[in-house]
Formats: sequence, C-alpha cells, structure tokens
Amino acid sequence: MASANALQTQSAKPAEKVINGKTQWDRVSEMDEFRLLLLAKIGFVVPATIFFIVYYFALPILVGYAPAFMSKRIGPVNLAYLFALSQFFMAWAIAALYVNSARTFDKYGRHIMEHLKREGWFHVDDENGGKQQ
Amino acid sequence: MNVTLVLFLSFIAVTLGITFWASRRSGSSTAYFAAGRQITAWQNGVAVAGDYMSAASFLGIAGLIAFFGYDGFLYSVGWLVAYLTVLLIVAEPLRNAGKYTMADVLAYRLSPRPVRAMASVSTLTVSTFYMIAQMVGAGALVALLLKSSNISYTTAVVGVGILMIVYVVFGGMLATTWVQIVKAILLMGGTVLLSILVMAHFHFSINEFFAAVGHVTYHSPDGKEVVKDFLTPGLRFKPPYGPLELISLGVALIFGTAGLPHILVRFYTVPDAKTARNSVVWAMVLIGGFYIMTTFLGFGAATIVGRDFIAKNGGNNMSAPLLAQALGGSVFFAFICAIAFATILAVVAGLTISASTSFAHDVWTNVIHNGVERKQGEEKLVARITAFVVGAMAIAIAIVLGPKANVAFLVALAFAVAASANVPVIIFSIFWKRFNTTGAVMGLTFGLLGSIVLIFIGPSIMGVDPPTVVGAARHFIQRAPIFPLENPGILSVPIGFLGAVLGTFFGKADHMAEEKFLELQVRANTGLGAEKATAH
Repeated sequence: MASANALQTQSAKPAEKVINGKTQWDRVSEMDEFRLLLLAKIGFVVPATIFFIVYYFALPILVGYAPAFMSKRIGPVNLAYLFALSQFFMAWAIAALYVNSARTFDKYGRHIMEHLKREGWFHVDDENGGKQQ
Repeated sequence: MNVTLVLFLSFIAVTLGITFWASRRSGSSTAYFAAGRQITAWQNGVAVAGDYMSAASFLGIAGLIAFFGYDGFLYSVGWLVAYLTVLLIVAEPLRNAGKYTMADVLAYRLSPRPVRAMASVSTLTVSTFYMIAQMVGAGALVALLLKSSNISYTTAVVGVGILMIVYVVFGGMLATTWVQIVKAILLMGGTVLLSILVMAHFHFSINEFFAAVGHVTYHSPDGKEVVKDFLTPGLRFKPPYGPLELISLGVALIFGTAGLPHILVRFYTVPDAKTARNSVVWAMVLIGGFYIMTTFLGFGAATIVGRDFIAKNGGNNMSAPLLAQALGGSVFFAFICAIAFATILAVVAGLTISASTSFAHDVWTNVIHNGVERKQGEEKLVARITAFVVGAMAIAIAIVLGPKANVAFLVALAFAVAASANVPVIIFSIFWKRFNTTGAVMGLTFGLLGSIVLIFIGPSIMGVDPPTVVGAARHFIQRAPIFPLENPGILSVPIGFLGAVLGTFFGKADHMAEEKFLELQVRANTGLGAEKATAH
C-alpha cells in the first residue's frame, strides 16, 4: 500500500526529462563534484555536531554533579558562569566556520548546475529542472 | 489614558497597517503561505529570532535569574546552542526539498498520506499547546501590565486572540513576518537599553556588578533574611533530580528547536538554501546577544529591585518591567510592558500561521484530496478558516483555564514533542536510505505519545499539594509523580528514535523510498528542483 500511494503522487507530477536512460537525479549522483560535495559536507557537519553536543552537555553535567568545582572563583565571576558564557562564543564560532566551509559546498553546487546546463537538461526559460508541483 | 495603553495601541496600529499592506500582496498561495519566498536573509533572521524570543524568554528567564541566579542563566544557554542543530542539519535540506511544511520533506520519498497525517497531528499538537500556554500567559500579563486601565483577563485574552487572527487571516505569512521583525527590533532595543541602564547603575564596572551579584539579600518564606551568592549553581536545580532535569531540558532544547513548526516554516519564506543558511546566522547573532543580556536583566533585577519587592508586585514574570521602573521611571516601565505585549502578539501569530498551514497543506490538500488542489486558492481559503477556528479555540480554552492555571508544562510538552516526534523522522528521512513509511509513522507516534505520557505522569501534572494551594494552581492529580522529571526529553527523545528504527525494520523494505533517497539527496544538497521565489 505504501508504494501505491507513492505512485499516485508520482503520476500527478509532469514526466521527468530522461537523457540516455537517466534522470537528472541519476546524472548528478554520478558526478564527481556531487561526491566531493557530500564528502565535504559530512566532513564538516559530523565532527562539528559531535563537538557541540559534547561541549554543551558538559555544562549541565559539570554544574549538576560537580557544583563545588564549578563554583571556583575566577576574577569577578566563577568557572560555572565563564563556561556558560563560553557556550555562546562556541556556537558563534561553529556557525562562522560552517558559513566559511559552505562556500565550498556552494562552489560544487554551481559546478553541478553548469554541467547540467551544458548537457542540455534545462530549457532556457526553465532553470528549475524537475520542479515539483 | 496612561502611557502603557497609548504604547499598546500604537503597536496595534502599526501592526494593523502592516497587515493591510501585506493583504494586498498575498494573492497567490506562495505569497500567502511563504511570503512569495522573497524575504531576505537579515529579515528572516530577525523574524526567526522574533518567533523564538517569546514572552517566556523575555519575562520568564529574566524572572528565573532574578529568583534563582545562575540556574536561571543556564536556561539561556541552551536556547542559542540549539540553533546549531537548525543550521548544520535542518535548515538547508528543508528549504531545498519542501514547499510549505516540515511534512513536505518527509513525504518526499515516503508514502505521503500516512506520513503527512501523523506529521500534521504532531505539528498541530506542538503549535496548539504552545499557543494555549502563551494565551494564558498573555491574558494574565496584559491584565497585570494594564492594571491601572482596568482591563480584565478575559478582555485581554479576547483582544490578543482577535489581533492574531486578523494578522494571519488577512496578512498571511508576509504580515506575520513583518510583525515579527518589528517586535524583534523593539525587543532587542529595549533589552539593550535596559542592560545599559543596569551597567550605568554599577558605574559601568563589571567588578562592581558581579560583586553585587555575589551578595544578594532577600527574605525566605519564614521571614528570615538570606544572603546568597547568585553566581553559585544549585539554587533551583537541587539534587536528587535537579542535575538530571537540567540535562533533560538541554536534550529537549537542542533537539526540539529544530522541530518547532513555527520556526521551520520560516525557511520557506526565503529564495534559496543559501539565504536560509545566512538567515540562521543572523538569528544566532541576535538570539545569542539577547540571551547574554538576560544576565544584566536578571541579575540587575535581583540586585537593584530585589526578590522581596518583585514577589510582592506581580511575581517573577514582572522582574524585567519592575527593573525598568526602578531605573527609568514610569515611561520606561510602560515601554518595556509594551514590548512584552508586542512579543506575545507576534509569537501567537507565528504559531497560528504554522498550525493553519499544516492543516490546509498537509491534511486538507494532501491527505484528504490526494495532493490535488481542486480549485485555485482553495488551500489558502482552508488555511484562513483554520486560522480563525484555531484562534477562536485558543481564546475559549484560555478563558476556561483562567489566569491561575498551571500551563508552563505545555511549553515543556511542545518542545518535548518537537524533539521526540519531529526531529528523529526529519533526520532519518534525510540521512538514512533504508528509512521507510512504517518507520516515520512509528517514530512520530512513539515520540508524540512518549512525551505526552511522561509529562502526564511527571511532577507537572501529579503532585500532592498542601491544603493552602487552591483552585487552578493545584496539581491535576493529587498523587506522588511516577516519573520524576518535568522535562521528559532525556527519555522521550530516545523513544522517538527507537520507534523510528523499530518501525523501519518491522515494515517491508520500500524500494521506491530507497530509489527516491538518491533523488532527495541530490535535491537537498544542491537545490536542484527547489521551489523558486515568485514575484508578488
């Protein structure tokens, strides 16, 4: 029943363009740029996510289970406050690094689109490819 | 007429002006549901921040810090870090692969009807629970803020409800976005001003400020004078369950934010994934700045106004307005109250449009009518009717519950459902090839039911009150709680993921879904075939 439903919406869409027995999705997925794009993305997102989750949960764990240690004074404040404050800068730093790496993702994306254009996948007035309605 | 009322009315006038302007540009469906996808990165960033910085943040967190010091500040931290999940994992694939709702992405390669039906149940649950909490809070707050004008709780609830319906029904996403932007700018402005006044009080000396925070004096309920260092952890989250509660709250925030429907719909209002990404960064700058400033608001209220005075004059939610009164007099008090009012209005409007979009697009068009809009504009009409019905229901429920009802748990519930039901299935449908329809439906169901059940057997609903607690403030069930935590995230999020995994292996391997995984991957990562912006 699952695939029957999927077929219904499939038929509601305009037929997809096929060149040499491939759809644009097949074509992109075999491009080197696409593999590089995925690798670059995974290479950033996975370690960054693991890092921020570990860094963030260290805060409630330390504050909850080592309150005496976290109450140690540093200048006018204490370790607990500084660690909490550092979370904000950690989040901003990862966001900045991500935006920087994303330039590479965008570059691969542009190359992929250029390839498709050269291979005649889009009409002049239809750069949108297989737009879903 | 007093100044507060004048400021309230001016905000209403400005927002109605915006609604009128937007209503003439909300002709097509894309214009109505997604503001024509022409919102720019900074505009959307400000609007996302606005949707997120609710009265619960502005008044609630300032109050928590004023009363519990450092433990209140801990609340602030998770709200920003949560945006990393949105930025790194959700925003861009969502923009590339969807049209109006979260369910668009889930339905892309799975069987659309069951998935959309369940996703919509989950979306409507999150939005309506969150909205009821905001409405009850709004009514109580507006009545308190406008005490001198004799506005009752009921009048306030009806007024807020009617305004939010008008914004959404007539102005659609465009009006909701701009109301949100105006409010976010006001809120940031007010917070910056208040922070500067607090620091001026301490002669712009960080040392003097934190020295005062180190010796906060107040009276305990039995009348004894207490001096506490408000930077010390543990004033609120005490053992045995305090630390676990904190971790569980963190889980709900870090995962839940990326599953809040009223935040997710915002990413459909921008032209492309890159703009969506940049808008998250704008939002993170504002949200981070705001939550860092809660330090000044909360600790300022604790040291300058004092816990005793706040407790006698409206309770911890009034900490920020009372601080404004102490530092800037009655006009500044009125200004901060007006900002709180604007905040409430804008957030309930955002919730209303996300609920009505989900019903019209997911349930009406895609589940009931198999993905075909029978008449041009029908989806929009259904959304408008839904917004009206949802708004009217929220007004009625808020009036029935009354101003003293304990509704804070509804916010915890909204975040828990978003984290436990929505996020596991969003992540799996983007990243896991084998994931199938049974997995999505079971993930959504487990996450939703898990969150609701754990909240209902937890200390928000169950508890034994002394006879001095009366009426709506009493716990619904007068028995010791079975589950010890108010925030169920630590258990309900794994339940949601588990449901999705079990469902996937119970269900048959779905070849169509696996074939379309490739298509979704290409689309989500390159933006090939993504919905384009439309001219107004």
